Amino acid sequence: MSTPNPLPPPGAELTHYVSPAPFDPMAEPAGATTGLENASQLRLMWIKFKRHRVALISGVFLLLFYASLLITEFLAPYRLDTRNLDFIYAPPQRVRLFHDGSFVGPFVYGQTMHLDMTELRRIYTDDPTNVQRLRFFCRGESYMFWNLVPADLHLFCPAEGGRVNLLGTDRLGRDVFSRILHGARISLTIGLLGTLVSFTLGIVIGGIAGYRGGWFDHGMQRMIEVIQSIPSIPLWMTLAAIIPLSWSPILVYLGITVILGMLDWTGQARAVRSKLFALREEDYVLAAELMGAKSSRIISRHLIPGVMSHLIASASLSVPGMILGETALTFLGLGLRPPVTSWGILLTETRGVNIVALYPWLLWPMAPVILVILAFNFLGDGLRDAADPYR
Amino acid sequence: MLRYLFGRLLIMIPTLFVISVLVFAIIELPPGDYFESYVQELRMLGEPTDLQEIETLKARYHFDAPAPVRYWHWVTGMLHGDFGYSFEYRMPVNEVVGDRLWLTVMMSVVTIMFTWLLAFPIGLYSATHQYSWGDYGLTFLGLIGIAVPHFMLAIILMYFANVWFGISIGHIMDVEYLDQPMGWDKLRSILSHIWIPVLIIGTAGTAGMARRLRANLLDELGKQYVVTARAKGLSPSRVVLKYPLRMALNFFIADIGSILPAIISGAEVTAIILSLETTGPMLIRALQSQDMYLAGSFLMFLAALTVVGVLVSDIALSLLDPRIRLKGRRG
Repeated sequence: MSTPNPLPPPGAELTHYVSPAPFDPMAEPAGATTGLENASQLRLMWIKFKRHRVALISGVFLLLFYASLLITEFLAPYRLDTRNLDFIYAPPQRVRLFHDGSFVGPFVYGQTMHLDMTELRRIYTDDPTNVQRLRFFCRGESYMFWNLVPADLHLFCPAEGGRVNLLGTDRLGRDVFSRILHGARISLTIGLLGTLVSFTLGIVIGGIAGYRGGWFDHGMQRMIEVIQSIPSIPLWMTLAAIIPLSWSPILVYLGITVILGMLDWTGQARAVRSKLFALREEDYVLAAELMGAKSSRIISRHLIPGVMSHLIASASLSVPGMILGETALTFLGLGLRPPVTSWGILLTETRGVNIVALYPWLLWPMAPVILVILAFNFLGDGLRDAADPYR
Repeated sequence: MLRYLFGRLLIMIPTLFVISVLVFAIIELPPGDYFESYVQELRMLGEPTDLQEIETLKARYHFDAPAPVRYWHWVTGMLHGDFGYSFEYRMPVNEVVGDRLWLTVMMSVVTIMFTWLLAFPIGLYSATHQYSWGDYGLTFLGLIGIAVPHFMLAIILMYFANVWFGISIGHIMDVEYLDQPMGWDKLRSILSHIWIPVLIIGTAGTAGMARRLRANLLDELGKQYVVTARAKGLSPSRVVLKYPLRMALNFFIADIGSILPAIISGAEVTAIILSLETTGPMLIRALQSQDMYLAGSFLMFLAALTVVGVLVSDIALSLLDPRIRLKGRRG
């Protein structure tokens, strides 16, 4: 903006001034160097979002976590249902680097078990003579990648003949760490799919109500009030109780997803509706109407893109509710059932105070639940701030 | 005021009507009914089935009638205070439920009080000390409160209450008081037990409310009248307490509508885990055995509780805020 001031000093006579630059009517106005004038709304949002450090970190964390779902079998040292009957309720093994003061690389000590006959429990002690070096990018337990391709490559595996249970084992001697990774597949996708259902319902119903108004809008408003006034968990419970016991686990999974989504659309629909009420008065909507566009085209081409950024923000805030909903339903015995393994299923096994007292490592599945929910909250907050043009 | 009250009450009727249709539809959805599964169970155990009794019950509760007729009987019964018959307990729902409804109401009310008492100072502090370490710390704690599932909190608290205080929690009162009439001892027993479920249920609600209060208060604090008050030399604490806080108080009451369903939801899950003598455990049992009148009445009751809670908050709000009370007259 450092153009020289064309005005003469005060008091002097004004000369006739003509810019010496050649005139080009198509040229961009001066100062248009930021490139933001033509940036799309999503790009503007991204620029603002980048400034929100915590939200950015959360977003990257979630992205990595979701990406890891693609290669769960490779990341987990064991299969979902691998049992090691010699090590039931074994505590977590610490990964160490130094043995007897010398560097060995990542390894774990083997554990020896003896039964405490007075307390009737298994007691595991580290055996410092038994150094088991971890192997990386190794051939370990065979598995079916995506249930399709047989493979046996793992990110890390135990030493030959040894074992590695970073977060201990459960009552059947299964590796908690591997099970958490496998459970993530179900838990994380349930939140995403459920949000997709509620998102679609919210956009369609809210879109029609907001654009059309009238009786449809009135009816929808009352309906939303009713749905929001029924406490969600009892309603979920009732709907989940309807799912027949004879359904296959995958159908139950889809059923739960739809139930979670079906009851969550109200917030989205309200947001879409109130935004569309404002947007439909804009001139470009009138122009489209005059050109004879159908209302479905106006809504989907002209109105929804205007509210998309808000919708994405609010959708990311509704994912954690679904993940928590799944764990709660499953915990109550109304949600998923084994052999499908979700974080809810893993937490169900911690039912009972004695687990907390004796085998606290079975509470580990809580850590990813809390982390993911925190991350979604931060991400949603960041997106919401970024989507708000007035900040 | 009367006019507002009247109009507000009138709106409740269609809302409750639609809720009842919805609830009825939901409890009718599962294929089969209680008797089918009951007879099947008896046959499997090889016990003689008293078909006569079942037929009587079926006829009495119009099981063969079409759905609209059954709905009509159900709703008119409820209006007369007859909530139907629990087939599993072989007792009218009223008697099965008994005190549980009131304990649920009581727990919800205590939880809301708790939420207020805690959320108020936290929200106030966070808003007046925006972006301070205290603000970040409290926000983070609140988010943790939202992120930890209720049932895990319940289990962990159960453990620590046992280890630290040596009390066994679970149940809403000492068991010997369960069937006794209300009295001082019983009340004391309830009070000594109720704080753990209240703590568990209230955590998430408190966090959410404190966050919303903070946002609301921040909006108010940025307004010009606050700047004016400052410029005129009011002390900072007086500025906040005198004006913006009053505005935020409105929101506090209005927010009941959004936290009450969440509190009741949380209360159900927590009650099931702590085996409290409220509606939660019984609801889940009724759902599992398709004891439809019991389940339906519970669901209806919980929804009605929310609707009434919102009504109370609306009335309190209109008492506090003349703008709401008088809105109808001008329009």
